Amino acid sequence: MISVHEPIDSGGMLHPELRAEHDPNSIMRDGRRLDHAEGTSKPLRVLPEPQPRGAKVRGNRPVDQQEAAGRFIAAPEHEKMHDERLWDLRQKRDREMHGIAEWEELRSLASAIKEHTLTHLDKYLDQFETNARANGIHVHWARDAAEHNQIVHGILRDHGAKSLIKSKSMLTEECGFRAYMASVGIEVTETDLGERIQQLDNEDPSHVVVPAVHKLRTDVAELFSRTIGTDPDNTDVHYLAEAQREATRPLILDADAGMTGANFVVAETGTFVVCTNEGNADLSANVPKLHIASIGIEKILPRMEHLAVFIRLLSRSALGSPMTQYTSHFRGPRDGGEMHVVLVDNGRSERLGLEEFWTSLKCIRCGACMNTCPVYRRGGGLSYGATYSGPIGLIIDPTFNKRKYSNLPYASSLNGSCTNVCPVKINIHEQIYAWRRVLVEEHEVPLAKKVAMKAAGVLLSRPMAYRAAIAAADTALAHLPRFIIYNGLNAWGKHREVPHAPKQTFHSWYHANRGGKP
Amino acid sequence: MSSRDDILASIRANLPRVDRSLPDVPLFDADPPVSLLSAFKENLHRMGGMFLDPPSSGDILVPIRIIIAGAKIVCSTVPEIAGNRDIAGVDASRDLADVDFAIVRASFAVAETGSLLLTDADLHVNAVAYLAQHLIVLLDPTDIVVNLHHAYRRPDFRDRHYASFHSGPSATADIEGVLIHGAQGVRSLSVLPVARATDDPITQ
Repeated sequence: MISVHEPIDSGGMLHPELRAEHDPNSIMRDGRRLDHAEGTSKPLRVLPEPQPRGAKVRGNRPVDQQEAAGRFIAAPEHEKMHDERLWDLRQKRDREMHGIAEWEELRSLASAIKEHTLTHLDKYLDQFETNARANGIHVHWARDAAEHNQIVHGILRDHGAKSLIKSKSMLTEECGFRAYMASVGIEVTETDLGERIQQLDNEDPSHVVVPAVHKLRTDVAELFSRTIGTDPDNTDVHYLAEAQREATRPLILDADAGMTGANFVVAETGTFVVCTNEGNADLSANVPKLHIASIGIEKILPRMEHLAVFIRLLSRSALGSPMTQYTSHFRGPRDGGEMHVVLVDNGRSERLGLEEFWTSLKCIRCGACMNTCPVYRRGGGLSYGATYSGPIGLIIDPTFNKRKYSNLPYASSLNGSCTNVCPVKINIHEQIYAWRRVLVEEHEVPLAKKVAMKAAGVLLSRPMAYRAAIAAADTALAHLPRFIIYNGLNAWGKHREVPHAPKQTFHSWYHANRGGKP
Repeated sequence: MSSRDDILASIRANLPRVDRSLPDVPLFDADPPVSLLSAFKENLHRMGGMFLDPPSSGDILVPIRIIIAGAKIVCSTVPEIAGNRDIAGVDASRDLADVDFAIVRASFAVAETGSLLLTDADLHVNAVAYLAQHLIVLLDPTDIVVNLHHAYRRPDFRDRHYASFHSGPSATADIEGVLIHGAQGVRSLSVLPVARATDDPITQ
């Protein structure tokens, strides 16, 4: 009953948005809700914190990572869980590292094997192709994303395939594969739980290994209730995962074709290797008769003995687990099946020619650099507005588009933790710094930074002017009102206090105290 | 020019002009565990798998018989124990969708990671190891290698078209890091140590 003095629209509530239609847990007696003791008189629900969305991507304009990260930080439940969860992965990785005496030797071997293979890439790709063909695998080559998508579409068309199940692949993200397939009327189903969540939410993966790590269970419950018909009020993780399994299984059984990526390729045997924890790549590859694997050309290794080094490092670095639950080696089609491999360049051969950056091709996509990065952990992977986020993204993304990703190399404190945890010893933080220089040289750096740097350049080339300016700035900082120091043009004043300016510059102190002495 | 030739030409034009030799990979086996079986068992447990202790006497398959007692569909590819779904009669993978338990034999196991290698020869139909709700694996205790360096020297990786390391059951923690078994593949993985029968047709 609503009494006359309570406005009907709010139900007498201070925060009408908290009103729930009904509460299945309430105790009812004679058709009325009991509200004795601490019981509320009306059903209430605490609204889950809405998920902050990623960077606003506007065509070719530079992505504002800082703006999107700011929104993620402003959602404290999301930010805390994300930070904690990824730091836990980092700590599990350390535990594994300490359990293996030869860890550092494995990292050095992995780096050396990759550098050798990349400097002989043409030879090993040729060897892989020959051996894979001999095993009955169809090998295709794609210069770029568009050609990759067309080749896969062509294979599907030849088989009359209309539905495709696939496992997670960063390469297919890079190629905008799902969007392309939707445009040609092929139904794609992602089979990795995290990637399926992201597909259903029409959102990119935020992490190379755990694609939905930025979401809370409440976000998933809301999403699944809209898309696969789960109970919107049930946020139990076991329930949500089981509902997804049950919803996806029929799609797996009925699919016309399956697709996987590959973590590694072995030239000597013509094998490609896929690592998952869910077994979803093995379902995608082994249930339909047609299996297509999309593989970046940098994934290649010479021989099986080299693969051992990488398998030992991959999951330990990624998740702090000794091995992925499933590590599957595909050397040829199964009886009655057909197997295709699409080798994709999409900028990789060109990257090989970048003297300072070619070693980024050593990356095995473990995500360790993301898990350890304070900027990534606090800001979320979608803040980068690019296929690859975190430290590795900062050095790969600009090779795809220098203007669009010109801000990204600044999303780093250059603390070097990424370099320290990288299982293939990529000097990530040094490359981040080098990209800043390259982007300035190529005039891709934003105006505010450019103006500041130009002014700094003029000052730094004139010692007298520099000293006068520093003294004036110190005096000014001590007396300027806050709104002049903390404004949009001064990034140093965002989210932190500018340090107190010294009363005296070093130069004037030296002049006063040591000036007379030699 | 074909895409293949284009890509290879672009690679050759961009190859870094540095000399990087291919290192030899040691076997890292100087300090092996006292018992490979114990190490395997411990690591299998860490990965969420279950090790079935064989009875000290009598029918060695009793632990499996207990597990599958209530199951409707059991598909076995091993001669030691019979199921009620004949893998030889399976035309398409999807015919295995209703299997409760699959029973297979591992080619070998890895102590370091608690992994079992299942090949297309072990599985007959690869999908059986993923579509079944639960997977039971027989392992000959003499088929355990110390680590992955030894594992990758095995002939299976050169002979078989499909070979997969299983280290525990299907798992995910994609929602808030909560570990779930049976994400998409099998909900459980159990391993029973059983020596190979000398006339085991699979190994011939």
